[in-house]
Amino acid sequence: MFKTLATNGGMLGTFAVITTALISLTFIGTEDRIAQQQRARLLSVLNEVVPASIYDNKLYADCTVITADALGTEKAHRVYRARNDETPVALVLQTTAPNGYSGNIELVVGVDTSMTVLGVRTLTHQETPGLGDKIELAVSDWIRTFSGKTFDPEQQQAWQVKKDGGQFDQFTGATITPRAVVGAVRRTLDYVIENQTALFAQPANCSVSQ
Amino acid sequence: MSEYKTLAADGMWKNNPALVQLLGLCPLLAVTATVINGLGLGLATMAVLIGSNVTVSLVRNIVRNEIRIPIFVMVIASFVTIIQLLMNAFTYELYLALGIFIPLIVTNCAIIGRAEAFASKNKVLPAAFDGVMMGLGFTVVLVLLGGMRELLGAGTLLSGADRLFGPVANNWTVTVFATEHPFLLAILPPGAFIGMGLLIAAKNAIDQRLAARQTKQKKQVTRIRVTAES
Repeated sequence: MFKTLATNGGMLGTFAVITTALISLTFIGTEDRIAQQQRARLLSVLNEVVPASIYDNKLYADCTVITADALGTEKAHRVYRARNDETPVALVLQTTAPNGYSGNIELVVGVDTSMTVLGVRTLTHQETPGLGDKIELAVSDWIRTFSGKTFDPEQQQAWQVKKDGGQFDQFTGATITPRAVVGAVRRTLDYVIENQTALFAQPANCSVSQ
Repeated sequence: MSEYKTLAADGMWKNNPALVQLLGLCPLLAVTATVINGLGLGLATMAVLIGSNVTVSLVRNIVRNEIRIPIFVMVIASFVTIIQLLMNAFTYELYLALGIFIPLIVTNCAIIGRAEAFASKNKVLPAAFDGVMMGLGFTVVLVLLGGMRELLGAGTLLSGADRLFGPVANNWTVTVFATEHPFLLAILPPGAFIGMGLLIAAKNAIDQRLAARQTKQKKQVTRIRVTAES
């Protein structure tokens, strides 16, 4: 009986070693490329909301992690700092709209130091296709309406959908989604006004691959 | 050669993993919103099937019967992980679109089903061929279903082809009709169930017609013989 146990156990062990070795080899072989892909995607998103011409630092590496209620959830969000010649020029913040129609909407907001929005993009969402998904650039240009607008804390009521008395269009049949996105952008910008210098001063403390 | 013919007919039609065995329905229904997503998952599944079938067939005489299932599972899981890493590295956008459904290939019963029912009893070449055919049968159903849903839902075909084929495919998207209001039912999960049901129904209808034709032909043959004898 012990002999059977030993052979079977040994065989299972051998297979485990071989398969793990194969996976490790593939992992080592693809590790760099995966990191590179992730960095390229991150950079392409960042460059959508901050034009590459206005900064000269490694934007994806100049990143800090913050937690703030103003960013929608209690989980950590990343802030990327764009600098030109060491001078702060713009911030890119990850932010969450927690009150979408179906789950959280993850956004990135790019804003320069004079509080003019450079761009907003939706990273992930589960809004209804055909109705709420117009917040995606692939579906509709709506998300571009943020670009170029300057945030003035005295004029907060303008940062709402038209139905609530603001300046942003809602979608036919879907008000909840754009309301959530506009609200999240407004809260984020309000947070930036309060914390701008502190955000630029924080040490870079997030690794790229996460 | 006829063995390979039977294998091909089994995988593609008679014993199609998706339409007849009804295996792997969870990823099948979840990712088939577009042709490209369906094709991507189909190819990934096929790669895993071929890899696991070949490996299982290679080790079929060494592995003791009592521990064959855990070993098959280990082989399949490692192939899935390898495919996942490769997709992550080379088709990153598609990897993001398919998300959780790549690791879920492990739970696709079609794979362990073929390992247990076919590969563990056959030589390497037929096992590999069986993997190709079963994978192809699965992929074809995924692509058909994805095509139906994408066409009805968004009026396009092959959107996002660049995620699978790279920048060459940037303008492969065929817009059959442009629509402001996509047909939601087709895009959402119920559309997948209904589409799948229709595909199975169509297959059964064709099978029935073929069977009916065959019996008719047989009858004719008998009649001719009768006249010849009299």
